[in-house]
Amino acid sequence: MDVFDLAAANLISPPILFFLLGLMAALVRSDLAIPEAVAKGISIYLVMAIGFKGGAEMAASPLVAAALAIVAGIVLSAALPFISFGALRATSRLPRVDAAAIAAHYGSISIVTFIAASDAGMAMGLAAAGFMVAVAAAMEAPAIFSGLALAGRREGEGGGTMIREIAFNGSIVLLIGAFAIGWATGERGMAMVQPFFGDIFRGVLCLFLLDMGLVAGRGLRRSAGKLDWRVLVHGLYMPLIGAALGLGLAALIGLEPGSAALLMTLAASASYIAVPAAMRLALPEADPSVSLTLSLGITFPFNLVFGIPIYFAAAQWALG
Amino acid sequence: MQTTLKKRLEIVIEAPVIDRLRRVLDDKGVSGYTIIPAVAGRGRHGRWNREGEISDTGRMMVLFAIIDPSELDDMLAAVYAVLSRQIGIVSVSDVQVVRDDHFRRTSRADT
Repeated sequence: MDVFDLAAANLISPPILFFLLGLMAALVRSDLAIPEAVAKGISIYLVMAIGFKGGAEMAASPLVAAALAIVAGIVLSAALPFISFGALRATSRLPRVDAAAIAAHYGSISIVTFIAASDAGMAMGLAAAGFMVAVAAAMEAPAIFSGLALAGRREGEGGGTMIREIAFNGSIVLLIGAFAIGWATGERGMAMVQPFFGDIFRGVLCLFLLDMGLVAGRGLRRSAGKLDWRVLVHGLYMPLIGAALGLGLAALIGLEPGSAALLMTLAASASYIAVPAAMRLALPEADPSVSLTLSLGITFPFNLVFGIPIYFAAAQWALG
Repeated sequence: MQTTLKKRLEIVIEAPVIDRLRRVLDDKGVSGYTIIPAVAGRGRHGRWNREGEISDTGRMMVLFAIIDPSELDDMLAAVYAVLSRQIGIVSVSDVQVVRDDHFRRTSRADT
């Protein structure tokens, strides 16, 4: 498949079309809404399913390759904020603290983008190694510390509490826990829960992406007009920089195309759950609407619609 | 009926900070407080709405506590140390309570 076939296959897949439906509904101010508790329940299901499936596939993965991929992920998460910060300071007039907060978002990851990319990879016949789930979990936190360093902050008072809150946030605990359960029970465990974690997964993903489209569209409508275009375009070029670095590291450690595309997706994605909350605690002077609009309103839709097929095509071209 | 003058502390605060605020009140031995989620509003940082937020970042919470007037300055100083750099509103008003003994400061509240 060339890049256009991949892009077309991704664009006309039900999950992406439901995301676009949500986005459009929000932009035309429709009253369509997914109840908060339902959205939260669905996100728990998706993280649990992707963690379990990744763990169940670990039996087929060499541990050395897994360790190398995790180290690569940590390096990307820690390094990307420095690039993002440098680019923002060079191209915009954002205060140092805002640039540092945004940079932390771009080093960390979006688990929903990762789930959508995993699903797209499977649909394209480019399944990834199970350990990529552990890579996703490992990439969440290092960027936060890079962001704090860029803002010139030490962890200081409450630093220990913040580290605990990040390390044990609900998504990470569930992802790692489900991964461990999947690993422990292997293929036999997967066969037992296949109807729940396998058969209905894509349908539930459609429902969740409909909600994410609504959330992203509302965020865009509320804040995009207030942002400088030099800041807005950061949300478009930063994923490509992250993906390029991810591809380089994937080639260096010998990942196959499916896993490489997921590492690129992780490096390209920006956090909109864990990092925003951590930044409100650690860098309260930073304006949360700027970083959230970029990560959720610009980068998330870009990755979902255009980025994922580009990353799979590039990984296949370079490593296939 | 016998009533007693107290101070009602009302704090509107962004959701990620609510646990820090609770720890301050617990450490100060406040006898009790109530926290409720705010639905929507508008302030210096613009309009916000609980609906459609993917994380706690854009959400606001409201905390109420009833304290003795003699404890107010000490309490405000402790609260201000946590909230001075955050988005939020702190207000104090006079209230009458019917059961004075329910609002006595404890050595340290159970958490």
